[in-house]
Amino acid sequence: MDRREFLKISGMSFGAGALISFAPAIAAGSPAARVRNWFRRQNGEEPAPFTFAQLSDAHVGFAGPPNPTGTKALERAIDVINGLNPQPELILFTGDLTHESETPGEHAKRMKLFQSITSRLRAKKIMRVPGEHDAALDGGVLYRQFFGETHYSFDHRGVHFIALDNVSHGKPMVGAEQVAWLQRDVARFPHTAPIIVFTHRPLFDLRPDWEWFTRDGSEVLNVLAPYENVTILYGHIHRHDVHQSEHMTHYASRSLIFAFPDPATTADKKPLAFDKENPFNNLGIQIVADKGAVRVDDVELTLREFSGTNGVQQIAKPGIII
Amino acid sequence: MKRLMLIFSIFVVAAVMVAQESQPRIIAISAKRFEFTPNEITLERGERVTLRVKAEDRDHGFFQKELGLDLDLSPERVAEVTITPQASGRFVAICDNFCGSGHGNMKMVINVE
Repeated sequence: MDRREFLKISGMSFGAGALISFAPAIAAGSPAARVRNWFRRQNGEEPAPFTFAQLSDAHVGFAGPPNPTGTKALERAIDVINGLNPQPELILFTGDLTHESETPGEHAKRMKLFQSITSRLRAKKIMRVPGEHDAALDGGVLYRQFFGETHYSFDHRGVHFIALDNVSHGKPMVGAEQVAWLQRDVARFPHTAPIIVFTHRPLFDLRPDWEWFTRDGSEVLNVLAPYENVTILYGHIHRHDVHQSEHMTHYASRSLIFAFPDPATTADKKPLAFDKENPFNNLGIQIVADKGAVRVDDVELTLREFSGTNGVQQIAKPGIII
Repeated sequence: MKRLMLIFSIFVVAAVMVAQESQPRIIAISAKRFEFTPNEITLERGERVTLRVKAEDRDHGFFQKELGLDLDLSPERVAEVTITPQASGRFVAICDNFCGSGHGNMKMVINVE
């Protein structure tokens, strides 16, 4: 397998947006066997196909004109995910689970409400990172009480997942201690290991004057640079975005509360107005790969087909109630 | 002797004038949740300016990448930075230290003409 073919496969496998199939194309067929063998030789472990979902920026507790429906988009996304067959094995939340409150006890109530709503997910492996609205005012103290550590890593079916916290310092940064931890964490893996990083803010300078950046994001990317198969999932910007830095691909998920505009079209960062006729427009999950049905040769066409879509309504298979 | 004194005086006066000309203009800015005051300033391209920023209520940040502004603000002290903007344009400085629900709107426009 040459490098071009590898990149093509990994680009398709991770997909964009929220329901992500890992390596569906390696499930069967001759090219699939080559990919499986190649991973086994390089990594000592053969990744198995599976799907997972990314959800982001639910802002439980937020109330305001950009979205008067509160938690409805989050609840709806959970209904959609619960209706999928097969079920995603993992759910990743990329921050801003809740909206902060300085009223005593109120932020804790919002975290409990988030737990209560998401407990309805049929998938039980739920991993999270905080957003600044969860953890920046108190350095993540309350968040840790509810959800545990703000950065950590784990392995799932041959893929190494890394949760990074770039919010709890108050400023948009990861911090030297966490960068050193990341270096130690990835050191044991071969450079071919599939790695998925999930975090809240973009790790590159997407739009610093909108606070769409991480001050020391380049240090994180430098640590990851030797690794050939890195995908970075993030939230914060409340819109879908795909960015390539070297061989790493960064995908931003949509929000579950309100959308921000394309920064190329406006100087001011203001939420898009609520559309009561189409309340979930630009919100929620976006399915980009269909249960492993895409073939290797169809990868680029498939990505084009699913890019720039308007939500799950346009691409969901018949029979999914949304 | 008189001639030497005259030359010395001319040097002193010239030095004072040069020093006065090179003194940057000082602009005082206050920061509090969720605004900077003033919230818009205009600078001349090539002008040396000192921005002297004071947080009134809690810690904030003052960040603008293209102009090289990056201050940690605290109510305990005044922070300052001197810049000489070389490119004209409209630049938005932000608070980059999360300070509450209106944090995302805490910004200041710096016009360079």
